[in-house]
Amino acid sequence: MKRYRHLENVATLAYDREKCVGCGLCATVCPHRIFAVRDGKAEVLDREACMECGACALNCPTSAITVTPGVGCAQYIIQTWLPGKRGTSCC
Amino acid sequence: MPAAAGRIPRLRTGPTALDRLGTCRARLGLDRNHYTVNPGLYAVGAPGPDSPVVVTANYKLTFDTVRFALAGRDVWLLVVDTRGINVWCAGGKGTFSAAGVSEQVKKTGLERVVSHRRLILPQLGANGVRARDLRKACGFEAVFGPVRAEDLPRYLDHGIDEAMREVTFSLRERAAVIPVELVLGWKPLLGAFAVAAVLSLMGHGFSLAAVWSRWLVAAGGTLLGLFCGSVLFPLLLPRLPRVFSLGGAGLGLAGALTLPLFFPLAAWQTLAGAGLWTVALSSWLSLNFTGSTPYTSPSGVEKEMRRAIPVLAACTLLAAILFVAGNFSGGSA
Repeated sequence: MKRYRHLENVATLAYDREKCVGCGLCATVCPHRIFAVRDGKAEVLDREACMECGACALNCPTSAITVTPGVGCAQYIIQTWLPGKRGTSCC
Repeated sequence: MPAAAGRIPRLRTGPTALDRLGTCRARLGLDRNHYTVNPGLYAVGAPGPDSPVVVTANYKLTFDTVRFALAGRDVWLLVVDTRGINVWCAGGKGTFSAAGVSEQVKKTGLERVVSHRRLILPQLGANGVRARDLRKACGFEAVFGPVRAEDLPRYLDHGIDEAMREVTFSLRERAAVIPVELVLGWKPLLGAFAVAAVLSLMGHGFSLAAVWSRWLVAAGGTLLGLFCGSVLFPLLLPRLPRVFSLGGAGLGLAGALTLPLFFPLAAWQTLAGAGLWTVALSSWLSLNFTGSTPYTSPSGVEKEMRRAIPVLAACTLLAAILFVAGNFSGGSA
């Protein structure tokens, strides 16, 4: 997926190395292979590939990773802009 | 087949004509919101107490992909009630979750059917399932298997590898979402045709033939925009700029330049108006394609939308003005 990139410096992914216990679940679940565990700590290899799905943050046992999860879908975002239609769906 | 928890249905692992028809209908967007199977436990082949348990969603397109991929295997298939939504989206919505999976584990009495305590979950369900919550809720350990169902046989034999863990967006995968984009777009398309008809009423000469010839130009521009934004854009995506609306606008411009070939007698303003509409429509449809890709983030899409939408709205207005101005200038033939 290296050839697919959208805008840079927008993802809300944040990682606190101090809190990491090196379990490696983030590296397992990330569909864009952003994390790897080296010397007992997770490392962020490719932050710009993040699509904010939230799998890493949900499964992180120590909340070392945080991200505001959501779907990168224009239709869905328009629906959240409209009054009274928050949380409707597109897929 | 009989098992400790009562009779469990055994699945076919090859598609019937009805399955193929259903797949086509779902891919065309005809009833993809109601294309479901009953949640519960199913047998693939002749599984026993030691056989692996694969978990999936109750969207029939997903369910079919998984059971056909498991042809020739002896596996339990646990189908979670995701209201007919695929694993990835259901994970985001919260139906493919630790609670949803454990509910089916308990309902089906899975702990009496198998001797182990291990569930193989699709990796793309990890945005909905917190593995440790699943263990707490039903005592089963969650193991994340491959992203794609087609990798399941290799996974069951050899375990996981990096290629199975990464999402892809191949030409084939991009082409598969084109029909649904086109079919779901028919209502806005009719709307565009109607607006084009109203605009075509304004112009030099009010005969039916004059109105019709003006409408054809607008409708032609609309169809070109639809083709560029919903067919060409997905196919060419890896070769386009990373900003979706720019790539779509570029393809729309290429399409718009062919308009004079179709309508050699129309005024240049009319053609410029229709062409600008082609560009704006193609750009808008491309922006909407973000929802079909597996790599755009909500933060990125929202940022692009905030910049693109005012420009596209202005272009659409300018397109209408140019179109009508051209029609008054006399080139209505």
